Amino acid sequence: MTGFLVRRILGALVILLIISAVTFYLFYAIPRDPARAFCGKICRPETLTLIRHNLGMDEPLFVQYWHWLVGIFAGRDFVQFGACPAPCLGYSFATQEPVFGAIVDRFPVTLSLTIGASAVILSFGILTGMLAAWKVGQPLDKIASASSVVGASLQIYFVGPLLAFYLVDTAGLLPRPSYVAFTEDPLGWFTHLLLPWVVLSIIFTANYTRMTRSQMVEQLAEDYVRTARAKGMSSRSVFFRFAWRGAMIPIITIFGVDLATLLGGAIITEQTFSLHGIGELAVRAVQNTDLPMLLGVTIVGAAAIVVLNIVVDVLYAVIDPRVRIG
Amino acid sequence: MTTVSWSGEQGTSRGPGPFLSVRDLSVEFSTEDGVVHAVDGLSFDVEKGTTLGIVGESGSGKSVTNLAILGLHDPAHTKIAGEIWLEDQELLSAGRGTMERLRGDRVAMIFQDPLTSLSPFHTIGRQIGEVYRKHKGASKKEARERAVEMLDRVGIPQPKTRVDHYPHEFSGGMRQRAMIAMALVCDPDLLIADEPTTALDVTVQAQILDLLKDLQQQFGTAIILITHDLGVVANTADNVLVMYAGRAAERGTVREVLREPRHPYTWGLLSSMPRLNAAVDEPLHPVRGTPPSLLTPPPGCPFHPRCDYPQLAGPELCFHQRPDISPESGHGDACYLTLQQKKDIRTAQIEEPA
Ligand SMILES: Nc1ncnc2c1ncn2[C@@H]1O[C@H](COP(=O)(O)OP(=O)(O)OP(=O)(O)O)[C@@H](O)[C@H]1O
Ligand SMILES: [Mg+2]
Repeated sequence: MTGFLVRRILGALVILLIISAVTFYLFYAIPRDPARAFCGKICRPETLTLIRHNLGMDEPLFVQYWHWLVGIFAGRDFVQFGACPAPCLGYSFATQEPVFGAIVDRFPVTLSLTIGASAVILSFGILTGMLAAWKVGQPLDKIASASSVVGASLQIYFVGPLLAFYLVDTAGLLPRPSYVAFTEDPLGWFTHLLLPWVVLSIIFTANYTRMTRSQMVEQLAEDYVRTARAKGMSSRSVFFRFAWRGAMIPIITIFGVDLATLLGGAIITEQTFSLHGIGELAVRAVQNTDLPMLLGVTIVGAAAIVVLNIVVDVLYAVIDPRVRIG
Repeated sequence: MTTVSWSGEQGTSRGPGPFLSVRDLSVEFSTEDGVVHAVDGLSFDVEKGTTLGIVGESGSGKSVTNLAILGLHDPAHTKIAGEIWLEDQELLSAGRGTMERLRGDRVAMIFQDPLTSLSPFHTIGRQIGEVYRKHKGASKKEARERAVEMLDRVGIPQPKTRVDHYPHEFSGGMRQRAMIAMALVCDPDLLIADEPTTALDVTVQAQILDLLKDLQQQFGTAIILITHDLGVVANTADNVLVMYAGRAAERGTVREVLREPRHPYTWGLLSSMPRLNAAVDEPLHPVRGTPPSLLTPPPGCPFHPRCDYPQLAGPELCFHQRPDISPESGHGDACYLTLQQKKDIRTAQIEEPA
């Protein structure tokens, strides 16, 4: 297990390195010069050169990338902004605030959103899928299948305002979504984020209901399930002790893939409910051609996905002993 | 099975009879294409301490029959009729709870493919132990000790460490041994082995069959051994049931069926089997044609489209009327040819192999 984890973490670092390098390179492919933004209306060529130098943009691309990389671990000094202690992701071109600080401020919002929605998706999706499979062909199964089709065709920016209107404005059941720090007020954190979680999870949950159901039905036809029954195991223990494990393996795999989409959904959800998360930062960074911010957001987002994928892999190994050795 | 004849009597109890008695069993599956008549009017008996070999080509209903004994068919898609008596208990009418208590305890099954038939998610020890816990109410610790004992009994080296391994850490032969250990953990009275050695190489195959024989001698278990391999039957079984298209084509002791086969299908099976003492270049003669459709079985004798002698039995008889197995007990077969005709054909066949 330890070797497995070490291998996965090393692999993850390589992936992050590649992602950051590609982002770095792509940004320079955009025909826009961020130095111009600092230069003001009347911009003399000498000033522009100076600004470029202060931003460190007059050096070859790979040197700039190297400085950026070293900054993360050792910190660095900017002529323009002054010292930037490690982990340094530079300063925003647009707001001049430290990128790392900005991300740290907003990260909990997006993380809460993603983790909460994952919990809703997995618990609710798997539960309803199991129920449907347990009662295959019966009314409960049909209801679950039908509602999953409806759920899958909904959109965040449609459901979000709609539910907000009914649950918050009309019925007053939930507070208007906002971010309350978990460490300060766990209950407030929960109630204020409940609506965004539900909205973000709706489209995914339906999918997981359907997958769980079909996976369970498939597993129940497997030889080893038949063996369990031939041993005298009751239908219930065959269902909940044998078949579910096999069914969860593809579900977890797909969840690992869905995480990136989920993060994308989190950004839309943030926008829908005006939550100040990473998504807002990302959108603004793109609008402003704010390289350090864009790079920071990209790398932190990628790191989050990579870490969550390692968690998924560990889960996978816990469920399936065959994975542990290979 | 050769001596006891038993007169049908409805009800839930009956006098002494064979240990296992299957009477007029029929199993139908409703599928999208129609009703599959997988087993149709099959009867046979098995006595304690004996082995019944069931042979027949693929699709003849061997597995379906035995899954019916254990009640493992999905009731939503399956229609089962007839009676299955295990001593004085009728199994087809038994409740779910009764069957769950019976399975793995009094009646156990070994499946063909030991890789897919063991749960990949649980250790071997746990899979063996949980049967013991379920049926004997043993504690976790007792179940584990029992699992070690069983692994030792089926000849797995270092059972104390092996007990904590997962099936994928076992070789094919060891998995099948583990399957056998699992099937035998509660000392069943009846063991159904569905092609237990097909997936294994010849040496391991022989070891597994020896193992089953030893266990039978020790515990007096009745065994149903399903196989394609008449050689296996010759070595391990006491009685044979030859199945064709969900029906019994021939039954009798191993000696009777293999030495003096009566049904043309059995002749075909025997001549399609390589013999060690035959000349290397002697050709094999597989049964010509293909097995009949179980959706629309042919009228008359199900074997007639592949049979070389339907005209001998009299005009049209084989084409319209289905033969029943006769005589009622002992060496019997389902064919209209007279015993003399069969004897003549066999003698001719043996004198000049076609
Ligand atoms: N659940 C099912 N639904 C529909 N048809 C089935 C089902 N199970 C078995 N059958 C059919 O019943 C027939 C008998 O199958 P069975 O598995 O008993 O054959 P078999 O004699 O065991 O063959 P093999 O030697 O290949 O194992 C086959 O034609 C098979 O397709
Ligand atoms: Mg079979």
